[in-house]
Amino acid sequence: MFARLSEPGPDAVRIVVDGQDVRARRGDSVAAALLASGLDARRETAVSGAKRAPYCMMGVCFDCLVTIDGVGNRQGCLVPVEDGMRVELQRGKRETSR
Amino acid sequence: MTAKDYDVAVIGGGLLGSSIAWGLGKLGQRVAVLDEGDIAKRASRANFALVWVQSKGLGMPDYMAWTMRASQGWSRLAEELRDHTGVDVSHSRPGGFHLALSERELAQRADMLRRLHNQPGAVETGVESLDREQVRRMLPQIGPEVVGGAYCPHDGHVNSLRFLRALHTGLKLFGVDYLPERPVAAIARAGGEFRLSTPRGEVRAKKIALAAGNANMDLAPMVGLDAPMAPTRGQILVTERVAPFLRHPLATLRQTDEGTVMIGDSKEEALDDRVQNIGVNAVMADRARRYFPMLGRLNIVRSWSGVRVMTRDGFPIYEESKTHPGAFVACCHSGVTLAPNHAYDIAAMIAQGALDEGRVGAFSARRFAAPGEAAKSHW
Repeated sequence: MFARLSEPGPDAVRIVVDGQDVRARRGDSVAAALLASGLDARRETAVSGAKRAPYCMMGVCFDCLVTIDGVGNRQGCLVPVEDGMRVELQRGKRETSR
Repeated sequence: MTAKDYDVAVIGGGLLGSSIAWGLGKLGQRVAVLDEGDIAKRASRANFALVWVQSKGLGMPDYMAWTMRASQGWSRLAEELRDHTGVDVSHSRPGGFHLALSERELAQRADMLRRLHNQPGAVETGVESLDREQVRRMLPQIGPEVVGGAYCPHDGHVNSLRFLRALHTGLKLFGVDYLPERPVAAIARAGGEFRLSTPRGEVRAKKIALAAGNANMDLAPMVGLDAPMAPTRGQILVTERVAPFLRHPLATLRQTDEGTVMIGDSKEEALDDRVQNIGVNAVMADRARRYFPMLGRLNIVRSWSGVRVMTRDGFPIYEESKTHPGAFVACCHSGVTLAPNHAYDIAAMIAQGALDEGRVGAFSARRFAAPGEAAKSHW
């Protein structure tokens, strides 16, 4: 798995991933924070339900889709973490009610 | 190129030609399908994938009956394709809606349906006009501007891309020769057979079926047939995949089996399918959001324009040539909806060597020669 070169310092950001607290460095993307968290950050695809993890990290592959603060299908690699952000790993299709 | 002699050469490998060729293959005929290449203006890859009944046939009641027959034949076709090819085309017939966003739209729709069903020879389609409350009971997510609509229990939809794939998989299994990159430049009749000139050599067949969409207009006169076409351009928007929320297809909006929402109700005279009219896209997206406000939050991930296959009056043409017996032409807008009729009825007629006048006599192109040409269909 991934290990950080240096751990988040005093300006660390706290996000919540599926109810669990995760510390991230200010400036991390959501996808980078998920990969560094040690959690199983794989989503399930919308049609077949296959497991997928963040891949290109530059906005192209859409394999890092997550629900951020209640909005589904966000590209985790393009959204910087913010303190208190609530992230949910996406299982299948985006829900229409949020 | 090929010295093989075919019973039938089908010209056109889209949904119409492939449906006929699949039906012929099923009957054990030796068949070739001559197609253009990947860059053909192919309605079969641009279409909206409805199996649609409720608005068809104003000006030609026989088209209502033909469409109802197709709607009823679709389950069999989907089942046989799945058994034959392993491809599930996701056909369903939950009934479909046309929604109105104003009292005027609602009245216009009701009037059209009244005129449609008042025609002599009209068939019962079960279509009914609904008020807002009746619509809301079946489509709970409608927005406040929806005043009512029309519902027909025989409307449905498929996955049309997978349908085309299923047909082509089936053609291969039946031993039908699919011959791409062979636009037909000339057709000659000699020695009791047809000789088709293509850039990759000549193909010979005892009978031919012209199923080349709008290009039938140029091919038909080569064998004494008439296929007046009037194509239009349509645009489609597609949203990201979302959890199933819409059980019933609308005439202009549907959720696919894989979760995307397709939006498309434009019609323009322009025929360049490499560009889109952005103003038209904006109107389509706005109407979609007024039907279902939750759509306003979704991202559009794709959009395209495509050229509709359309006869001059919008109704199908099926005809055998008087001057070149054995040469058949088939043109229609609804290659998805009418597919069972093409796969079972038209294919069997071509295999037998004669169209069944009782079944398809009304669709002769002779109607275009008559004074006071038939009324335009409301495709």
